[in-house]
Amino acid sequence: MNNLISMRDLSKEDIMRLMDIAAKIEKGEIVPNMQRKLAALLFFEPSTRTMFSFDTAMKRMNGDTIIMSGTQNTSAKKGETFADTLQTIAQYSDIIIMRSPIEGAARYAAEVVDIPVVNAGDGANQHPTQALLDMYSIIKTQGKLDNLKIGLAGDLRFGRTVHSLAQAMAVFGAQFKFISPSFLQMPEYIKDDLTEQNIKFEELKEMEGNIDDLDILYVTRIQKERFADPEDYEKVKGSYVLNKAMLENAKENFKVLHPLPRVDEIHTDVDDTEYAYYFPQAKNGVYTRQAIISILLGEV
Amino acid sequence: MNQVKTIKVNAIKNGTVIDHIAAGKILKVIDILNLTGDNSVMVGMNLASNKIGKKDIIKIENRELSKQEVNSIAIIAPSATLIIIKDFEVVNKSQLEIPEYIEEHIICPNPKCITNSENISSKYYINNSKTASARCLYCEKKYLVEDLKIKI
Ligand SMILES: [Zn+2]
Repeated sequence: MNNLISMRDLSKEDIMRLMDIAAKIEKGEIVPNMQRKLAALLFFEPSTRTMFSFDTAMKRMNGDTIIMSGTQNTSAKKGETFADTLQTIAQYSDIIIMRSPIEGAARYAAEVVDIPVVNAGDGANQHPTQALLDMYSIIKTQGKLDNLKIGLAGDLRFGRTVHSLAQAMAVFGAQFKFISPSFLQMPEYIKDDLTEQNIKFEELKEMEGNIDDLDILYVTRIQKERFADPEDYEKVKGSYVLNKAMLENAKENFKVLHPLPRVDEIHTDVDDTEYAYYFPQAKNGVYTRQAIISILLGEV
Repeated sequence: MNQVKTIKVNAIKNGTVIDHIAAGKILKVIDILNLTGDNSVMVGMNLASNKIGKKDIIKIENRELSKQEVNSIAIIAPSATLIIIKDFEVVNKSQLEIPEYIEEHIICPNPKCITNSENISSKYYINNSKTASARCLYCEKKYLVEDLKIKI
């Protein structure tokens, strides 16, 4: 593995190796040392949480970071090409971790520079480190990735997180329940991919009554701005808010995941239940990102 | 009838004939070939064809096509036949095939794709087994081959 650009590039074996290394890092069985290593965090689109998670991962391994953050690439204003910006940054650092609103930006960056590139999100396309930390959370709580029943709820149309996760878990034979308003359904191209792989999925309109047979429920936020008419939002919003009462008959191993930040799609009364796993999930993100950086820099 | 056809095809001494281009696509083919004026060119449009109904045809004297050009033409005119002429004889005749991988001449239809904001050519992997669908190497969006735009 030279770069991490898309979940589509990873084999089942790559994923399992990464899970294993993340687990060993968490248990302290592997202690990667990134002293004198510098990660360039290029965030051409703001995402404080993802940036902090990478920053923490690097610093937990005694490494350091340089950060370029903002909606506008400052060099681009001066007329410098994207390729030149990347080439220059690559002279200073050992690894580039990049978030961009432009789809394919990380793939292009990996072609331009000769240090490893990690895609920290490229537009609506991919966010592989999120998918991997989600999978690490799944394997930790379920003891396996194979043959699980997974509910994905909320905005399934624009959420790249749920796209990557669905594609990745399909490889492990997951069954899905897609729970969303009709105009925020899983895109056709994802459903086509699943159908080609003989993966079973149902499309549903509400959370209530659809939870009891799930191993994992992955909740995402529905943004009010997606609705043309605010009244429509008010009408459907209740169907996509998870509360404690809905979890009465949940399976013992059942867990609720959420990429965070949460607004009101998971009621705070879920937080104290044994099913809530979204905060540990964020912590898992650090171990997963430590594992990714270590593998790419050849430290493990 | 056969004789007429033969005369048409053999009307150049050396060069390339592209036959069975779907009617109306010839102008795009000409654009791809970037014909600068050194070669004699004959063009036929809206001719009757048993194979595809109405066809366009082009004959170019003293010109061989590059692999890249052939691939690009295959994208916009997959029904076309490529004929190589030497000394008035047909020395090779082949049905164009949509390539598995194309690098030039394609504009990714996704406006958010890096290939539309940086000056780089998009690259497509084409899976033409059943659906003739293509996936952009960069933005990973899938399109039908017939929906891809050709960059001139
Ligand atoms: Zn593209």
